[in-house]
Amino acid sequence: MLELVTISTLNGVLYGMLLFLMASGLTLIFSMMGVLNFAHASFYMLGAFFGFQLGQLLGFWPALILAPVLVGGIGALVERYGLRYVHRHGPVAELLFTFGLAFVIVEVVQMIWGKGPVDYRVPDSLDFTAFTVFSTNYPAYKMFELLTAIAIFAVLFAVLTRTRVGLIIQAALTHPHMVAMLGHNVPRVFMLVFGVGTGLAAVAGVIAGPALVTQSNMAAALGPILFVVVVVGGLGSLSGAFVASLLIGLVQTFAVSINLSVADALGRIGVAPPSGGLLSDVWTVTVAQLGPIIPYLLLVLILIFRPVGLMGTREH
Amino acid sequence: MSDALSDAAKLPARGALYPTGVPVALRLAVPWIALAVLFAVLPAIFASGTSLTMLSLMGIMIVFALSYNMLLGETGLLSFGHAVYYGLGGFLTVHVMNAVIADRLPVPLPLLPLVGALGGLFFGIVFGSVSTRRAGTAFAMISLGLGELVASSSLILRGFFGGEEGVSTNRTKLLHVFGLNFGPQIEVYYLIAAWCLLCMLAMYALRCTPFGRMCNAVRENPERVQFVGYNPGMVRFIAFSLAGLFAGVAGALAAINFELVNSSAVGAEQSGLVLLAAYIGGTGNFLGPVIGAILVTWLEGMLSDVTEVWQLYFGLLFIGVVMFAPQGIAGLLMMHEPLWHAGAYRSMLRLALTYLLALVPGLGLIAGLILVIEMTYHISVKASEGPTVSVFHVALNTVSVAPWAAAAVLIAGGFVLFRLTWPLVGAAWHDASLRAHSAGRGK
Repeated sequence: MLELVTISTLNGVLYGMLLFLMASGLTLIFSMMGVLNFAHASFYMLGAFFGFQLGQLLGFWPALILAPVLVGGIGALVERYGLRYVHRHGPVAELLFTFGLAFVIVEVVQMIWGKGPVDYRVPDSLDFTAFTVFSTNYPAYKMFELLTAIAIFAVLFAVLTRTRVGLIIQAALTHPHMVAMLGHNVPRVFMLVFGVGTGLAAVAGVIAGPALVTQSNMAAALGPILFVVVVVGGLGSLSGAFVASLLIGLVQTFAVSINLSVADALGRIGVAPPSGGLLSDVWTVTVAQLGPIIPYLLLVLILIFRPVGLMGTREH
Repeated sequence: MSDALSDAAKLPARGALYPTGVPVALRLAVPWIALAVLFAVLPAIFASGTSLTMLSLMGIMIVFALSYNMLLGETGLLSFGHAVYYGLGGFLTVHVMNAVIADRLPVPLPLLPLVGALGGLFFGIVFGSVSTRRAGTAFAMISLGLGELVASSSLILRGFFGGEEGVSTNRTKLLHVFGLNFGPQIEVYYLIAAWCLLCMLAMYALRCTPFGRMCNAVRENPERVQFVGYNPGMVRFIAFSLAGLFAGVAGALAAINFELVNSSAVGAEQSGLVLLAAYIGGTGNFLGPVIGAILVTWLEGMLSDVTEVWQLYFGLLFIGVVMFAPQGIAGLLMMHEPLWHAGAYRSMLRLALTYLLALVPGLGLIAGLILVIEMTYHISVKASEGPTVSVFHVALNTVSVAPWAAAAVLIAGGFVLFRLTWPLVGAAWHDASLRAHSAGRGK
């Protein structure tokens, strides 16, 4: 039991930190431009595929740097020549633009790398056991993922709160016109934030790619969860996104390891669930099976009972 | 706001289409009678089996897209989970059909879309009550969350959703009336066409009621709606529930057409498809989603035969519409209506000529892009089938330089020439609208 809790906590924190790598960029982009970037998970996927391809050519470590830079560059171009143009048509058009972009990126990835998974492996230098908890060997690569995510989180935090660039970004979040009056190029700041945000998503893609399966459905699988994170945390709140990332990471990881159903629970108190009928599955579904649904249930409940999110301050 | 103003300004011109003395009721009925006749004769024109199937799919998609536009176009609610009501309507219909068959109840097939309607309405009320209190981004996110919730539940609740293979039925086993057993596709087509016409009529009528106008007001300015004494949340809720109803009809028709519903009917892809159809067609006009539904269904059928990356073209088309024509195809067509009514035919002809002029390099640009996409797809995914790929019935060798150079020339040349010819279109448009304006004043 203790072993299960330890391993699940480690995995949950790891998953949560990966989610936060993406959610942080998404939140920054949203609070700055008011655009909920539907294609954010697609940039994560691009990161994984670029990491795979560059890793084959140059090795894992150069790819870890180059792939996010490339993806961030693509993100900046998308902002400069796509979003900025669509902005004139209003917020719905902006949201739909990113929706269409997500659609196109999936198709382009399928066009180039096919529909099946690619052989993206953990690099040899990290392919060993870091430590053994009870009887479980914990792979070093997972520790590497965790440490990278924490390091990036620390750097991001430091840049946003301690540097001049961070100061301008923070100011542009709330008072873009004033920042522009003071002589800063606000559109360029937007482009920078979009590029860095998509780059961060790509970092998550490069490091998560070998651990998960790198294939063209990975964006569609993760994208909705990402939205849950930013909405549950509170749209535009970076600390809220952090809390929600960890929460959802832990909840989903723990849910997978609990094999209990309503029928079991009822059976313990001596009640037999009704059998038969179209909805008989309701009684026998285990918590583990419910894992994929929990984030969405959480989202709906949060939006009903606390619409601003866990740490949000503004109504949208 | 500006739409409403220009609509009001156009009213007398519209009336002038008909000779005076024709009763209003007849005037209103003429387009619908024409549509009914069109639906009736279409199978005679497109008689082959594949086109009959496609016509049936178009009918279903028209109902679905119009129901979606009750949200996006009329009420300003951007939903990413509209397939929930379509799919659940379909599942309920299939289960009721199977129950009717099992118990030998005297229920004929043409009445079964009512089950879908009630199912869609029910789930519209349930989910609408939690999601329509808010508009804008929050609503979009809730709809996405609810969509994902139902889609992931569909894989768990195997009894109701039938797991991977779905739930199947047999439409011919129900009570036969007037000797119709709905085995042949033509009979199903007429069933779908009748329901499609009925739903179009109902949704159009709803649009013209004070409630429909209130929906538009909620879309434009919810705060002022409150000042007038209405509750925008309630207006959104009613619109949402009714959109669920019509989506349920579409789902039921699909269930009857395929005799099978599986979990993909409630999925994100279906929700995305209806969004694409309504938006490409144009959300600002009643006919927009109809055009979009026809185009999207046709493209889905035709393109998937011609190319395997058809969804990429689909996505690019959608991005193109979002960027350059957010009012959709119907909106582009309707832009020309004032010119037509002002009788500025000569300047319209000039405009049409400049369109043709700009179209040629535009098509060149698109052809170049298609070449690059098809050749890239071939060398990256289908390299094992040899270097030759056939595009537009021309065999191209993807490892030689010539086709790539040709594509580059087409793209670059097309782009430059298009940029050169586009100002001519702008000038012709400016001239035509000036003339239309002065002609309008002369009256």
